[in-house]
Amino acid sequence: MCICIRIPTPLQKITKDKSEVMGKGKNIKELIENLEKDYPGIKERLYDEKENLRRFINIYVNEEDIRFLKGDETEIKDGDEISIIPAIAGG
Amino acid sequence: MSLSNEQIERYSRQIILNNIGGKGQEKLLSSKVLIIGAGGLGSPAALYLAAAGVGTIGIVDSDKVELNNLQRQILHSTKNVGKSKAESAKERINNLNSDVNVIPYILRLTSENILDIIKDYDIVIDGSDNFPTRYLVNDACVILKKPLSHGGIFKYDGQVMTIIPGESACYRCLFPQPPPPGLVPGCQEAGILGVVAGIIGLMQANEVLKYLLGIGELLTSKLLIFNAIESRFRIVKIPKNDNCFVCGKNPTLTKLIDYEEFCSVKKR
Ligand SMILES: [Zn+2]
Repeated sequence: MCICIRIPTPLQKITKDKSEVMGKGKNIKELIENLEKDYPGIKERLYDEKENLRRFINIYVNEEDIRFLKGDETEIKDGDEISIIPAIAGG
Repeated sequence: MSLSNEQIERYSRQIILNNIGGKGQEKLLSSKVLIIGAGGLGSPAALYLAAAGVGTIGIVDSDKVELNNLQRQILHSTKNVGKSKAESAKERINNLNSDVNVIPYILRLTSENILDIIKDYDIVIDGSDNFPTRYLVNDACVILKKPLSHGGIFKYDGQVMTIIPGESACYRCLFPQPPPPGLVPGCQEAGILGVVAGIIGLMQANEVLKYLLGIGELLTSKLLIFNAIESRFRIVKIPKNDNCFVCGKNPTLTKLIDYEEFCSVKKR
């Protein structure tokens, strides 16, 4: 199962400048665990020390914020587009 | 208020638009918009709102114009390097359109002064360049039920949302807490493509015009995301969060917060 993940500019250092990567997993948690194998360091940008998703980066399955679905237990399927969207402050 | 012949001529190309007309133009001339930051976002927003005849524009900025600002902060010019940005903005706007009453605020917003400054405006544009100000502005606008246009930029990315307190999601519904200092690259080292500031700042101006005129659809409870490399816009939903710390069912924010400064290099 292959799912497309959109990587925001601030995290592209970890994904070797790629703005889009492929991933797999039955839910977001698995997807991130798998992503960490290919791109070490990405997990700690998304989770804090207590294994909670950080509160200034959101993950969307298609247009929906997973905080309002089942968090990182949110199930995903082939063809879903996952977006990682961090707060940005520049002006 | 009635329009002078000169005003009818100046604004004729928008007065002829359906949805605007003479009535709409009068509304704009009697509107008050506060722009926080005369930088990359505030510059295009201020210029276009002034050109459109928004009658009062407040501009908050404590910084002075630097040479490295001019790549994107089109309110300012080479001769104004070293001058206060708020004053430089006033000069430029009044050269463009003397109908506009520009009120410069040469200060840094804090929990102490913000409520007093925003209270008299119809809508606020956040074009600041740091998280502490962004969260402070959001919280203050929610408390005073003041509409807010949020815009943020980073390198080639931009984000825009419109907040109507009490009706739509606020910035904390989207991102409940700012990142701790040091975790996100600072404004200084990040870099920004000037046109990204232009595009996002004008999206904010567009939202403000629609709000003031009462037309169209706003980017409420939605986040618009732009990426310049791919020339791609996307919109994601932002549900209003019942547990939001400031605008939820049982808000726990009792006092405005001055977060620690992130881009401390910037302080001179
Ligand atoms: Zn909220």
